[in-house]
Amino acid sequence: MNDFPLKLVITGHVDHGKSTLIGRLLFDTGSLPDDKITEIRQICSALGKEFEFGYILDNLEEERDQGITIDTTQIFFSSKKRHYVIIDAPGHVEFIKNMITGASQADTAVIIIDAEEGIREQTKRHAFILGMLGIKKVIVLINKMDRVGYDQERFTSVKNAYLDFLNEIGLHAIQSIPISASNGDNVATGSSHISWYQGPTFLEALDSFEVPNSLKNAPLRFAVQDIYNFSKRIIAGKVVSGTLRQGDAVTVLPSGEKTQVRSLEEYLRNPDSAETGKCIGVMTTDKIFCDRGYIFSDPRDTPAITQQFRANIFWMDKISCKKGQQIIFRCSTQEANGKITAIHTVINSSTLELMGSDTDEIKNREVAQVTIRTDRPVIIEPHTKTPELGRFVLVTDNVSAGGIITEVLL
Amino acid sequence: MDHLDQLENDSIYIIREAYKEFKDIAMLWSIGKDSTTLLYLVRKAFYGHVPFPVLHLDTSYKFREIYTFRDTWAKQWHLNLVIARNKDALARKVRPDAGNKLTCCGELKTEALKQAIKEHGYRAILLGIRRDEHGIRAKERYFSPRNNQFQWDYKNQPAELWDLYKNNESAEEHIRVHPLLHWTELDIWRYIQREKIPIVDLYLAKNGKRYRSIGCEPCCSPVSSEADTVDKIVEELKTTSISERSGRAQDKERAYMMQKLRSMGYM
Repeated sequence: MNDFPLKLVITGHVDHGKSTLIGRLLFDTGSLPDDKITEIRQICSALGKEFEFGYILDNLEEERDQGITIDTTQIFFSSKKRHYVIIDAPGHVEFIKNMITGASQADTAVIIIDAEEGIREQTKRHAFILGMLGIKKVIVLINKMDRVGYDQERFTSVKNAYLDFLNEIGLHAIQSIPISASNGDNVATGSSHISWYQGPTFLEALDSFEVPNSLKNAPLRFAVQDIYNFSKRIIAGKVVSGTLRQGDAVTVLPSGEKTQVRSLEEYLRNPDSAETGKCIGVMTTDKIFCDRGYIFSDPRDTPAITQQFRANIFWMDKISCKKGQQIIFRCSTQEANGKITAIHTVINSSTLELMGSDTDEIKNREVAQVTIRTDRPVIIEPHTKTPELGRFVLVTDNVSAGGIITEVLL
Repeated sequence: MDHLDQLENDSIYIIREAYKEFKDIAMLWSIGKDSTTLLYLVRKAFYGHVPFPVLHLDTSYKFREIYTFRDTWAKQWHLNLVIARNKDALARKVRPDAGNKLTCCGELKTEALKQAIKEHGYRAILLGIRRDEHGIRAKERYFSPRNNQFQWDYKNQPAELWDLYKNNESAEEHIRVHPLLHWTELDIWRYIQREKIPIVDLYLAKNGKRYRSIGCEPCCSPVSSEADTVDKIVEELKTTSISERSGRAQDKERAYMMQKLRSMGYM
């Protein structure tokens, strides 16, 4: 069995069956503790309802009363092939920042659509956000097939319309599956109701999903978190791309100083190398100036040092963003004051309708293409090259936007 | 890196972020397996040091084994151990009788923590809760603000994208930091097994019973088990169909008890 869990976010419009799907999947694969099933049976019978799979995930009293998911939940589950972390994301437009929080942790995504209702506002918006967060491949589930008499034509028409939309925004559906989450058709087991469908069940489609490649062979980027002086001076940080090895020559940015890795420091250990994802301490051969936010880089391939770049951002604050307003830019361990100097285009994240170009304001839940200028140089790259140096948040009082860098301006 | 390495590194990153970004920080140590694992990770992150106070919320109803373990390892690991007791409530003889567990947990744990935060001025608290323990904890953020009333505004949590965690706190709040949020119970035991982390022996079976989760003696019940070593616990957990906190009375006295406890500031 593959040791690493695949992190999967379930998205889609409110009431299209996200929580029910996950509940059904856990139930059919025997992943639920007996006392949990008993507890849910009791709650449902006290409320005079049939067994409600959504209750497994919707734990808040308000969520069960209203039958909607408010905040994102993560749940652990294993198939015969591998482990999964399933992230349930709320489908209600009010809780979009919770959906983004969940989706930003995911390797891949599922989009669920009610066969009867068809494509709705969040069905589109969620896909758009997934694309923005860097997810490229998704599984599409057409749910509640029982409500449309397991009709193949209905399935095909919803599917085709949605695949056209995904195509428009650059997402690829690796599989489109007709299911009924409440009845269990094509979730963990096949369906006798849908004989016209020959493809995999949802669980089979998940198991065949490929885990994204590691960045360990990409150019080195080591982001400094802190400097420790407990018994000796150790530069602590995280390898966000590539592999850091003892003896490596590195360029320290933004100063541009060159030095060598004298030793890698872990508690009671001195490893020879540290791959992407590793939090490690470094001692250098030269005494260099270094602080939080510095980046150690492969000298042959260094990221840009700049104060200006273009980005796509998703604004998720009730208070609109004004051109020129002060914001805090945070990317990896770097932080700088800055402002949005130009708002090139603003798009409604659901209809993809162009709301304005060369405008002065971005409203809640709008996606914009902007130019950002920071007060001091930052070390960044396009998101497609080094994800950790190409994604950022903008902070006002709270996190008001997430974004990815599309072009570095020098 | 394997899966445990990945979990370990993600947690160390969070611990170092919290230490860098918040000046007055402490960690909660319940002496259970999770917070003992957290303490181990803190020592790893800071090269054998624990550079902030370690806070034990002492209800006075803990198992004897917990106190012994605490005192032994606090000395061994050179901890700055702070023991927080709600003295006033204990003087009023607040105790976990049937029907008042909400009050008892509230007074002896949540209120004791409130008093300690006020007295010492902590702005951030590290704790070892995990998503898979309870559905309510599954809704948590890694960096989660509490207002001055200690309330958790679970209907309006801040966004938390990628590994960019909240690093500003307003004057009236403190931040709960949860470095183990993404670990499962089985992950914890596999890590304890691999790293040989010491644990209270209440977790190991004696006479066919062991504790899956420990806290106050009157409110914990053991489960049937023959697992008398960490290796056997790991094997047991791979096949069990009983949930971890099934023996914890405070979770289930009333519907949504855990949600109520947590929204008022419980861990």
